[in-house]
Parts: sequence; structure tokens; C-alpha cells
Amino acid sequence: MDSKVKIKAEGVNFFYARSQALKDINLDIYENQVTAIIGPSGCGKSTFIRLLNRMNELLPHTNITGRISLDGRDIFEDSVDAVQIRKRVGMVFQKPNPFPKSIFENISYGIKVNGIKDKTFIEEKVEASLKKAALWQEVRDRLSDSALKLSGGQQQRLCIARCLAVESEVILFDEPCASLDPISTAKIEELITELKKDYTIVIVTHNMQQAARVSDYTAFFLMGELIEFGRTQDIFTAPKDKRTEDYITGRFG
Amino acid sequence: MKKNLIQDSGFFILFLCMLTTLIFLGLIIYFISVRGLKVISWEFLTQGPRMGMTQGGIAPAILGTVYLTLGAVLFALPLGLACAIYLCEYSPKGFTVNLIKMGINNLAGVPSVVFGLFGLAVFVKFFGFGVSILSGSLTLGIVILPLIISASQEALLAVPQSIREASLSLGATKWATIKNIVLPTALPGILTGIILSIGRAAGETAPILFTAAAFYTRGYPRSIFSEVMALPYHIYALMTEGTHPDQQTAIAYGSSLILLFLVLLISAAAIFIRQRQKNIHG
Ligand SMILES: Nc1ncnc2c1ncn2[C@@H]1O[C@H](COP(=O)(O)OP(=O)(O)O)[C@@H](O)[C@H]1O
Ligand SMILES: [Mg+2]
Repeated sequence: MDSKVKIKAEGVNFFYARSQALKDINLDIYENQVTAIIGPSGCGKSTFIRLLNRMNELLPHTNITGRISLDGRDIFEDSVDAVQIRKRVGMVFQKPNPFPKSIFENISYGIKVNGIKDKTFIEEKVEASLKKAALWQEVRDRLSDSALKLSGGQQQRLCIARCLAVESEVILFDEPCASLDPISTAKIEELITELKKDYTIVIVTHNMQQAARVSDYTAFFLMGELIEFGRTQDIFTAPKDKRTEDYITGRFG
Repeated sequence: MKKNLIQDSGFFILFLCMLTTLIFLGLIIYFISVRGLKVISWEFLTQGPRMGMTQGGIAPAILGTVYLTLGAVLFALPLGLACAIYLCEYSPKGFTVNLIKMGINNLAGVPSVVFGLFGLAVFVKFFGFGVSILSGSLTLGIVILPLIISASQEALLAVPQSIREASLSLGATKWATIKNIVLPTALPGILTGIILSIGRAAGETAPILFTAAAFYTRGYPRSIFSEVMALPYHIYALMTEGTHPDQQTAIAYGSSLILLFLVLLISAAAIFIRQRQKNIHG
């Protein structure tokens, strides 16, 4: 039994100035499920998820055709504001990118730019977000310290907490553990499983085991094309496409 | 063995160059101090010139320089910063912007006496501000504008794209991102530009020659439409005019020392602020 489709990509092509990065992508992302996107580097994984929160349009000379909808509504429609989409579709980046501000300010920033001024509300929200991101214990005594003083793993959890504070509906993770040690990685994987209850999650990963561990659905990209999509279990145990099988078993990539 | 020798002598030459620079800096401070300290006194700092500028102090000139510099920064900072923000954050990258940037860089190379004439024609005559603090500040402002723009641009470009993206991804608008994330992060670099431009504005003579500076004023300026004495011009006047070269030279060195001190003081203050910002922002 499949749950509701949260994001739907239909015939999506994406072009950078000189090259086509995505070719005719058709993909459903289900609500409250974790969808992993795997594939060798350069195959368009980042390009694809950066479309989902309209991040790619910051780049000049790019072009997109096809349709991506969020809850059934085309996110590229003229009447849709990219800022609104980004509030609903949060993102955690490959490299932790905390603001050069205090830990507290990092988390409260997203709440404040969305127009909330109530101090107690913000404080509670910061605490709740840090707790959810399993960082509260480590930073509760030094919320006013610079976020840049945290370790890489802590910074990434901070970025997750920052994202959670905005109360989005979808969270996109772009190789969130790529620069982290195994212990931090385990913590973040645990977190992702936890967050599934409240969020729809898309995670790009290089790590096959990680995809197998955390995701419900897996999409395999190769050279800008979606080769195979299905339940993670099926993709890993009985891939239909030869190329998927080769990639999963490590024969290339 | 031989490689080390080459490397070591290379370092040694670099060290000598650095030393030479330091020696020049030291000599400047030494000579100005030795010749200038004699005349420095409380009276020198707090009183106006007397007896055809052979006695008394330079207070009006100090104040005039402070006014002109402050005025120039007040005018050029908002304008230059806005210009840099537009060029870095908003303008579509391409031919036109490159042309504008080239124009700004060329503006920095224009001799300052040309700005002086421009100020005379535009602010003094056309706008009718007369020879005044206002005309001088605006002219000096234009002189330092390219400095402020390029320093601000550099500072803005140095802000990592990743934290802009982080801010946007949280649903912040572009302007909110610039205001809350980009500008605070770029602030130390922008402050550096201000420091440089303050030093430049305080020391320039030519731009204020026809637009603001007076050889002598009785008392202090009363409004922004008053003409003022200013340290660099005062020094120039002392050395080229008047009838008592010995006394005037001493006062000129004293004035130079004060000008040097003033610029160093302002720089130190700005460096202090910058350092504090750096500490806060990691
Ligand atoms: N900003 C960009 N401008 C031009 N080409 C890009 C840009 N970003 C990525 N690409 C190209 O698009 C393709 C897909 O890149 P990307 O989505 O980053 O791959 P992945 O995340 O799967 O490693 C690559 O060939 C890459 O070189
Ligand atoms: Mg990538």
C-alpha cells in the first residue's frame, strides 16, 4: 500500500548553460517516507533535489522543462513564490554551512525571517529543534557561542535543527554525511528515521548501505536519467535493470 | 643543500625588503615626531592660530579635517555600499556590469586635483554650496567612493555562497539574506575599506583646495556652509606662504604629527571594531 504522493516530477529536463543535466525524469516522492537517490557522482542527484526547493534558479543560464508539483500544485507556476516553496521544502547541504553567528541565532534565524517575534515562542522552538536534532545535550550550556566552534558532526546536526525550526513539510538531504565520521553519521541516520514521522524526506547518498538502512524508496540515477525507482528492498534485492545491479554490487561508479 | 641555500637567500631578500619598508615607516614617524613634538602643547591643540600663523594652535584645522572626513564617509559609505550590493548581489552578470566595474576602477585612478576642479564646478558653483564643508565633503566623498565600492565588493564576494544558500533555503527572501547574513559577514572587510578611505580623505589636499579649505578662519565653522581650515591644506599653506618660514615650518611639522596621529587613531578604532566583529562572528 503506497502512501500519498507529496512531490511529483513529470518529464523533467534540466539544462545548465552548456549541458543537459537531467533527462525526462518521472518520479513520485511519497509522504512520510524516506526516498534515497543514489548514483555515481555527476549523475544529477544534487541537480534534481535542488529543483525541488527551487534552489537551482539562483544560477544564471539554466533552463527547466517539465513539471514538478508539491501536493498537486506546480511549484514553477508564475503565481508561486520560490520563498514560499523553500519554507515548505527545507534543505540540509552536503557540507555543514552554519551561519557565522551564535548557536542560538542559527536556529532562531529561520523563525525570525518568517516574521515571528514572540521571544518565548522562539526560545521554546530553538530548544525543541535542538532536542529533535539530538544536539541539545551538547550545546545547552553554550547557546551563545559561535556555531563555527562546533565539530563537523555537531555543525551538521545544527543545520538539521535550523531546518526543523522552520516547520517545513519536506526535508532534502544532499549527502549530509559526506564529510562526517561514522559516529556522527550513525546519529544522523537515526535522526532521519525519527523525522520520517513528521516529514517527507529525500536523501542523496553515495553510500549504498546508508540508502539501504534509512530509506523506504530508492531512485537510481545514471548520467542524468532515472534508471530505476522502487521500494528500497526491491531495488537492493531484485533490481530490474542490469545497470542498477552493477552499481549496487559495486561493479562500477 | 644547495636548494636550501637558494631558498634561504630568497627568504633573506624578502626579509630585507620588509625591513626597508619598516625603516621608511620608522623614519617618517621619527622625523615628523622629532620636528613636530617641540610645538605640541595643550594650547597648540585647543587654540586657533595667532600672529599671522606664527604662533598659537591648529584647533580649527583639526576640527575642519574631522568634519570633512566625517562628511566624506557619511556621503560615500551609503552610496558606495549600495552600489557594491547592487553590483554583487542584484545586477545580472555580464558585459554592462563589467563596464561599470571598469569605470569605477578608472575613477580610482583619476588624479585628485581633477576631482577638486569637478567639485568647484559642480558643488561650489552649480549647486551653489559655495566654498564650504558641504562642498569639500562631497568632493572628498567622490574621491573615496571607488575605494569604498571595491572594498565592499571584495568583502561581499568573499561571503561563501553556501551560507547564502542556507539562508534562502530557510525561506528567507533575497533581501533578508543580504541584510541578516551577507552584510554582517562582510562587515570586517567593509570596515577595512572605511579605514583606508578615512586615511585617504583626511590626508587629501587637492580635492578641498578649491571646495572647502580656507587659509585662515576666525574661530570655528558655524554650519556646513562655512569654509574651514584643514590640516593638509594648513601644512601646505604654512610651507609656501607667509613671512616667518622658521616658525611656520615648526608648526607645519607639528600639524603633520597631529594629522598622522589622527589617521592612526581612526584606523586603530576601526581595527578594534573589526576585531570585535571577527570574534563575535567566529
Ligand atoms: N552550476 C553548474 N553549472 C554547470 N554544470 C553543472 C553545475 N552543477 C552541476 N553541473 C553538472 O551537472 C551534472 C550533474 O551534477 P550534480 O547534480 O552535481 O551531480 P551529483 O550530485 O549526482 O554528483 C554534472 O555533469 C555537473 O558537472
Ligand atoms: Mg552532489
